[in-house]
Amino acid sequence: MDIKRRQFLKIAGLSTIAGLGAPAAFNLLLKGESSPVSFASSGSSPEASQEAAPTGVRLGMVIDQNVFDAYRGLAQKCITACHTVHNVPKFDNPKDEIKWIFEVPYEKAFTAKSHYHKNEQLHDSSFPVLCNHCDNPPCVRACPTKATFKRKDGIVAMDYHRCIGCRFCMAACPYGMRSFNWRDPRPFIDKTTYNKEFPTRMRGVVEKCNFCVERLAKGLQPACVEACGNSGAMVFGDMNDPHSEIRKKLAENFTIQRKPSLGTTPSVFYII
Amino acid sequence: MLEKALTGSNRYWGWIAVLLAFMAAGALSYVQQYNYGLGLTGMSRDVSWGVYIAQFTFLVGVAASGVMVVLPYYLHNYKTFAKITILGEFLAVASVSMCLMFILADLGQPLRALNVLLHPTPNSILFWDMIVLNVYLFLNIFVGWVVLTAEKKDVAPPKWIKPFIYISIPWAVSIHTVTAFLYAGLPGRHFWLTAILAPRFLASAFAGGPALLILLCLIIKRVTKFDAGQEAIQKLVTIVTYAALINVFFVLLEFFTAYYSNIPGHMHTLDYLFFGLHGQGQLVPWMRVSTIFGIIAIVMFLVPATRKREDTLAIACVLLFFSLWIDKGIGLVIGGFVPSPLEEITAYHPSFQEIMITLGVWAAGFFILTVLYKIALGVKEEKMVS
Repeated sequence: MDIKRRQFLKIAGLSTIAGLGAPAAFNLLLKGESSPVSFASSGSSPEASQEAAPTGVRLGMVIDQNVFDAYRGLAQKCITACHTVHNVPKFDNPKDEIKWIFEVPYEKAFTAKSHYHKNEQLHDSSFPVLCNHCDNPPCVRACPTKATFKRKDGIVAMDYHRCIGCRFCMAACPYGMRSFNWRDPRPFIDKTTYNKEFPTRMRGVVEKCNFCVERLAKGLQPACVEACGNSGAMVFGDMNDPHSEIRKKLAENFTIQRKPSLGTTPSVFYII
Repeated sequence: MLEKALTGSNRYWGWIAVLLAFMAAGALSYVQQYNYGLGLTGMSRDVSWGVYIAQFTFLVGVAASGVMVVLPYYLHNYKTFAKITILGEFLAVASVSMCLMFILADLGQPLRALNVLLHPTPNSILFWDMIVLNVYLFLNIFVGWVVLTAEKKDVAPPKWIKPFIYISIPWAVSIHTVTAFLYAGLPGRHFWLTAILAPRFLASAFAGGPALLILLCLIIKRVTKFDAGQEAIQKLVTIVTYAALINVFFVLLEFFTAYYSNIPGHMHTLDYLFFGLHGQGQLVPWMRVSTIFGIIAIVMFLVPATRKREDTLAIACVLLFFSLWIDKGIGLVIGGFVPSPLEEITAYHPSFQEIMITLGVWAAGFFILTVLYKIALGVKEEKMVS
């Protein structure tokens, strides 16, 4: 009897420890990183957890669709700037296509929104879409090699040399913002505009918008933002800095994100 | 024991030659794909996984189904399965081998595959899938080989093998659960985002895998002196029937949730697969064939006359296996990508080389299966003679 009781106590003790440790371990698993913030905020409401990390730098972008509607062709300028500076190859067929930023009609950008006799602006506009650099990125969770990872400043970046080309991140991205090098991209890069300062990719790896992390390091704005000039069509900056221009833009306007219900907390906002 | 695979009839060598020919053709196509890139396949930006990953998913099920003979025999001491347990285990070995080959064929940078081990990432389900599949492969080779060696020496299997056998049972469930988690945890892919995906995977696996095992037993009975026995086969039929019915039930649950809730995202892929979406329904004929074959097979399993006759039983097994292969080996993976996150419909047509590589991997799997079965049955026939 005694032995049985001792065994019972042992098992009970062990399972208590396991029970206490499991949520922490599970949290670690889900986030892929250990963050004291997530423990502290675990008691708050699900709505609150949708908010951006309150501390540190979190880079983001506000896209003012009104400006893009006013200046037709501006979006194309952004696309060209981005694809040139990053040596993005140009394929003529949609099967091999690689794109970091592109234009889509309203229904494709915002799939869950519903309208009845929608207004004219929504009819004719085409919206620039790019990687949302989510605060809770499903692609980073899915990647089996950490080839895609989230930086402390919020940028979801990629290591093209570590990517094994499993394309799990492409299945995981709910925005369709990732492209795969189905074949050698190098012959399809425009030789006349080739940028020696940014690496070309090899076949068999995934790529996407990197918020121009290489330009930010030099103190430059992202290429698409720079292409907009001072039109205000795109504003980029630290959303946690109370004095930043983007913070002002977010405070003054009603903005929407793509597919907010999925809990990815995108860092790209639209003014419509 | 390996020497048993090196002697055989002309028919045996003829079959081996056919498999080697398909493997060679697949290897040639793979060289082409390796040199050109995955653009040689029909996959695209929108449908970024194709037949390779679909076959992988289906075959994880076949591998897991080995547990349907292992569990009754080792846990419940169900002696009728004594003769066929090794067949179930070796089928699992061949299936997991095919899974691993399909994954390698699908990688854009196959030479970097070991990055998964060099940079272990526990938050990625693919990392866990790699672990559970490789351990399951090891468990089945190890247990099968040790038990077979004991049988050859006419002694009881060593006691220390028992823990490995017991671990292999929940492990079989784990491989298909983790494989389902690859899909069921992705936000924005409504067709896969369902808690019932893992149980549905298991149900269809426990129907399709044993159906294949029945077919293999019937073939073995014709080409060798080994007979699995009427009772064992009929017990497998019972397992297949229950699992197939549970699978149908699960599929109907998916239909109910999608169409009664009337949420567009939940209906889109089902529409695309079974009825056509915005006039596009590339897979509709396939899915309808799958449905019809599945229904016919289940009826044939339920009717005693067709279930007990070997020829009609074989037909029912072929129909069910094909039905489930379409459902999981085509519809589930490819369908999940339609519509795309931008709600575009992109058709996917596997290329010639893609099909040849797929056939090559299947041939390689059957090659492994044939060699392992040849060895196992060689040992068993030796016993019958003596």
